[in-house]
Amino acid sequence: MQARRFTPLLAFGLLTGLLYKGLSIDPTALPAARLGQPFPPFTQRELISGAELTEQALLPGPALVNVWATWCYSCRVEHPFLLQLAERGVPIFGLNYKDDSSKALDWLAQLGDPYRLNIFDADGLVGLDLGVYGAPETYVIDEKGQIVHRHVGVLDARVFARDFQRWFPTGLTTNRLSLGGEER
Amino acid sequence: MNVGRIISFLILLALLPAAAWAVIETYRFSSPELEARYHSLSQELRCPKCQNQNIADSNAPIARDLRVVLHEQLEAGATDEDILAFMVARYGEFVRYRPGVDRNTALLWASPALLLLAGAFGLVWHFKVRQASAPHPLTARERDELERLMAHSNKESSH
Amino acid sequence: MIPELGHIALIIAFCLAIALTFLPMWGAARRNVSAMNVAPTLAVSVTLFVAIAFSLLTTSFLRDDFSVAVVAANSNSLLPPIFKFSAVWGNHEGSLLLWVLILSGWMSAVAFFSRGLPLIMVARVLSVMGFVAVGFLAFSLLTSNPFERLLPSTPLDGNDLNPLLQDPGLIIHPPLLYMGYVGLSVPFAFAIAALLGGRLDASWARWSRPWTNVAWGFLSLGIMLGSWWAYYELGWGGWWFWDPVENASFMPWLMGTALVHSLAVTEKRGVFRSWTVLLAIFAFSLSLLGTFLVRSGVLTSVHAFAADPERGLFILIFLALVVGGSLLLYAMRAPSVASRVFYTAISRESLLMVNNLAFTVATIVVLLGTLFPLVMDAFSLGKYSVGPPYFNAVFVPLMALVMPFMTVGPLSRWREDTVGRWLHELMVPGLAVVLLAALLGIFGDRDFNVWIALAVLLSGWVSLGVLRDFWRRVASGDGRMRWHRVSPSFLGMTAAHLGFAVVVLGAVVVTQLNEERDLRMAVGDVEELGGYRFELLEIGQSQGPNYAADFAVFEVTDAGQRIALLAPEKRRYFASGQVMTEAAIDASFWRDVYIALGEPIGDDAWAVRLQYKPMVRWLWLGGLMIGLGSLITVFDRRYRTQSARSESSAVGAVGFAG
Repeated sequence: MQARRFTPLLAFGLLTGLLYKGLSIDPTALPAARLGQPFPPFTQRELISGAELTEQALLPGPALVNVWATWCYSCRVEHPFLLQLAERGVPIFGLNYKDDSSKALDWLAQLGDPYRLNIFDADGLVGLDLGVYGAPETYVIDEKGQIVHRHVGVLDARVFARDFQRWFPTGLTTNRLSLGGEER
Repeated sequence: MNVGRIISFLILLALLPAAAWAVIETYRFSSPELEARYHSLSQELRCPKCQNQNIADSNAPIARDLRVVLHEQLEAGATDEDILAFMVARYGEFVRYRPGVDRNTALLWASPALLLLAGAFGLVWHFKVRQASAPHPLTARERDELERLMAHSNKESSH
Repeated sequence: MIPELGHIALIIAFCLAIALTFLPMWGAARRNVSAMNVAPTLAVSVTLFVAIAFSLLTTSFLRDDFSVAVVAANSNSLLPPIFKFSAVWGNHEGSLLLWVLILSGWMSAVAFFSRGLPLIMVARVLSVMGFVAVGFLAFSLLTSNPFERLLPSTPLDGNDLNPLLQDPGLIIHPPLLYMGYVGLSVPFAFAIAALLGGRLDASWARWSRPWTNVAWGFLSLGIMLGSWWAYYELGWGGWWFWDPVENASFMPWLMGTALVHSLAVTEKRGVFRSWTVLLAIFAFSLSLLGTFLVRSGVLTSVHAFAADPERGLFILIFLALVVGGSLLLYAMRAPSVASRVFYTAISRESLLMVNNLAFTVATIVVLLGTLFPLVMDAFSLGKYSVGPPYFNAVFVPLMALVMPFMTVGPLSRWREDTVGRWLHELMVPGLAVVLLAALLGIFGDRDFNVWIALAVLLSGWVSLGVLRDFWRRVASGDGRMRWHRVSPSFLGMTAAHLGFAVVVLGAVVVTQLNEERDLRMAVGDVEELGGYRFELLEIGQSQGPNYAADFAVFEVTDAGQRIALLAPEKRRYFASGQVMTEAAIDASFWRDVYIALGEPIGDDAWAVRLQYKPMVRWLWLGGLMIGLGSLITVFDRRYRTQSARSESSAVGAVGFAG
């Protein structure tokens, strides 16, 4: 028996370990490329007022930037939770992504407006600069205006408690907040 | 069959059309050279939100957006490197089907050559060392004679 | 009732497979003849009950029994009957059952054709295969039961089969591919049996060689059909995407290629014995790995089944058991003494070593590229993608490297040859191809393309060399043809090597000279591409059995002569609402004309993709030659009398050389 003959077994052991680890990894999850960078510069219209907005309007953080659109079904699901967050004093900026302005205004009028301001990004250019690939997505920018976190998909109480609370300690007090947006 | 299973079927079904119908767009290019670069780049860029598809083949809205950007940048005179850097800055290394050479991918790129070299070295070693210690062969004449006998006896036994 | 019966049949098959795993193995350990004797009977019974289960599932599909979950999810009452049939394996559960059916079919085939082999060998081989069957039957029963019912809430109609799969290609592609995938379990089982028996002489190589050739031939055909199907069905005109799922079938093929060649050396010369065993283990392990990759969802792919980590874990544990166990056995039992057989660096042995080196490196490279994103992710080093540009860049040179040796290998002598003789044999074909490649550059009607010149050079070198070798064997001095000297295995090798050259040439030409344009066309518009004139004659709507379609009719003319009327479609399937491109293709030996319909632009125009694909057929023609060539080797006389004789002659060869 030679030690050399164990090489294939050893290599296979490593492979198995890797594959086992792979089972708990979501291959479709994609971290934001912009993490740790300042919010990309832009000049766009504010959705309601029509005033000109730049990235300076988002300062000072920490704040949430929520990518939404009226064509996005999941955005409707997370909307009540955003209203609750806004009520608790979490600053939320909207990025109205590839949307129709009159539909977006109707939406806010009917469902309530959790946003301090809304960047109206009709052709999705701000979204593209940010690395958005769908709606809803929610970004955290810190006091210096740097992007520090991104969540893809519906934002709910569970996700918020897990990933967002450290920047927004006031955003969640366990019992008073409804867990309506929760999946399970 | 539980609800979760049904939902996963539905999600699967929802994803499938992306794979089913060809993307055909009629961009106009100022030169055939740009058109060729468009084709090759759109096949090298991965759609960030699809099941392993390049942006040329994907029907996802984000893939369409990226094609528009690609076309615009090419027409604006951007180099391939500019465009790749632009995409990587926004969507990460993930969008490149041809991974750029960095600390992590160096081994990936070098592995074919390294493996071949190692193998070639192994072969040389095999003939220099192992076969050199193999029993000395018969002389050519002895061998031919023996082979003839062998072939003969093999034939006998097979009939 | 029918699904329950199917379920029971599957459970019985499972129990029989357990008996098959343990009883003959125990008998082999104890030299208990009656325990070993039951192996063939048990193998055939497993096949019988799996076949019953499979036909009952098929019955459920044909009868539109939507109370069965897989039927509801993958069929529809409007689906044409032939697709109801193929829908059986157009889903995870059913395809797994097909996997097991084919595995047990191979088991029965081994039981039937190996009656001349030593009983202990047959018992061990069938028992190893029985263990693989146990694993997959358990997988099917525990995690992917195809007979699960949707009671009491039976849907009125089914979800329909994915339209991509509603195609004749799907009727034969998966069964052929699985024949190959699963067939590699036979050489694997022979290798394990030989290791267990501790007699790793050339006889096991002789016994497993025909099985390997057949399995590898089926795998080649399966891959070829898959490529063809993707070409005409996906609507992009691509024929190979380096998708993880394609790689999953390609890796066992690459390893199998090395194995087929290595077995030849081990059989003929009794050398490379432990290497060949290792290759046999690797080839089947890669089949299992492929199954894991396709069904666990660890990699993203266009083709993958619904991902399920629970299923992934099950296959992974089974994979670890089978492969880990085999490699441990290998580590402990493989002969540690190098075979004392003489051969020089200038010999057929050494050339076959080059083949093995190239194909092993190719396998590792594809494996590495496929798993690289997973490795990076597992160590939190970032998200990477490895796609066609990488694989082409590393794979093409490897194949180019192997081709020069393909001509020399078959005509060189075992043990010792001389460079002088090689030169003497190959001078003429060598000069001929160089001339050919040069002429192509000078007289070709297109600009000189270095890649095509290289492909002509290499493919020409291989084909001329192979043909010359063939001729040398057949022709005799007096002008009479000695056809009796062409054995099936020699003919098969010639066909497969020629096929390889044909594939390479086709691949390079279609990649280099492919023409493609995306255009806006309205009725009456005329466009030109690849020397052909395309006129859009008509746009209309039609109705299929389970879909509605927009179609366009194109007239393709060449110098005023009508070549074809092509009618690409865009279909919308009723049940799922899915939209699908149905490309129209005018196929011929030298070129394909390919038209796909995009979306309407404005009121009367459509986005249209026109493609001119020279020599694309050569890819599948070559694949066919490789696959069929490999299959016909099994008709060789030596394998028909597979019995005690093989043992004596192999031992003789080793004894002589040593």
